[in-house]
Amino acid sequence: MKSAVITFPGSNRERDMARALKLVSGREPAMVWHGESELPTGTDLVVLPGGFSYGDYLRCGAIAAHAPIMTAVRNHARKGGLVMGVCNGFQILCEAELLPGILQRNAAMKFICRDVHLKIERSDTPFTRGYNAGQVIRVPVAHGEGSYFASEGTIGRLEAEGRVLFRYTDAEGKRDPNWNVNGALNSIAGVLNEKLNVLGLMPHPENHVESAVGCTDGRGLFAGLIAHFAQAA
Amino acid sequence: MKARVTVTLKNGVLDPQGKAIEGALKSLGVAGVASVRQGKVFDIELAEGDTAKAEATLKEAAEKLLANTVIENFRVEVTG
Repeated sequence: MKSAVITFPGSNRERDMARALKLVSGREPAMVWHGESELPTGTDLVVLPGGFSYGDYLRCGAIAAHAPIMTAVRNHARKGGLVMGVCNGFQILCEAELLPGILQRNAAMKFICRDVHLKIERSDTPFTRGYNAGQVIRVPVAHGEGSYFASEGTIGRLEAEGRVLFRYTDAEGKRDPNWNVNGALNSIAGVLNEKLNVLGLMPHPENHVESAVGCTDGRGLFAGLIAHFAQAA
Repeated sequence: MKARVTVTLKNGVLDPQGKAIEGALKSLGVAGVASVRQGKVFDIELAEGDTAKAEATLKEAAEKLLANTVIENFRVEVTG
């Protein structure tokens, strides 16, 4: 699996992402600066990492969404290539309209940095084949603007088309307002585009891949992606 | 030519910042505040001298960047 991690001014989770990709796939990802106009030849997976691109000015991800590299990311997605945005990367994908909706200020107005439980809604996507549908994993979140919002019609369509991939739940996989840490509509933590090849999620699976940090629940996402490309090859 | 673009949240969109400001005003003893919705104001200077063209430029700016129309409305005013 050849992956590329896009770095914007103000990204700060790109090294965590690169480390996780290297650890699980055995292959160093290409680090691609936002000012580039092309992705490395043969890129399978593009990752937009977390951070505070452009200092979150205007709206989180709004300025990064127009960076030169985003044309290449858009083309990659259009051709069916995989794109994953985590945290600020999710915000950028929404602002770039590669994903519907927007991430709003957390309902409780606080920056949240803690572990959450995520229910995997389906396992038949390239991003979740390393998990079982209905499985609950524990991963950290770290954001101030992560409350997913979209129009009623869009939410209805996402639900009907099975495009809500991750949901905040309790440890048993039950929806619970107390575990919907940022007040997201329908407890949505991660969504897919129509073709199921673009994923955005607020939590950080890349931070739970090593036993030294006490949890490896995020590993399945990367292992699943590798299995996806191994099968395709 | 000077202009102002005002960006406000659409009705029904949750505004935790507005709520917090509302609460702060109440705790400051500012009487009679029923509710607060917060937004953004952009004061923009344009090289353009034609009002209609300026408005078209600002509308494009608002749609492409200044506002996210999933949650926000915008208003363009050429102020002279």
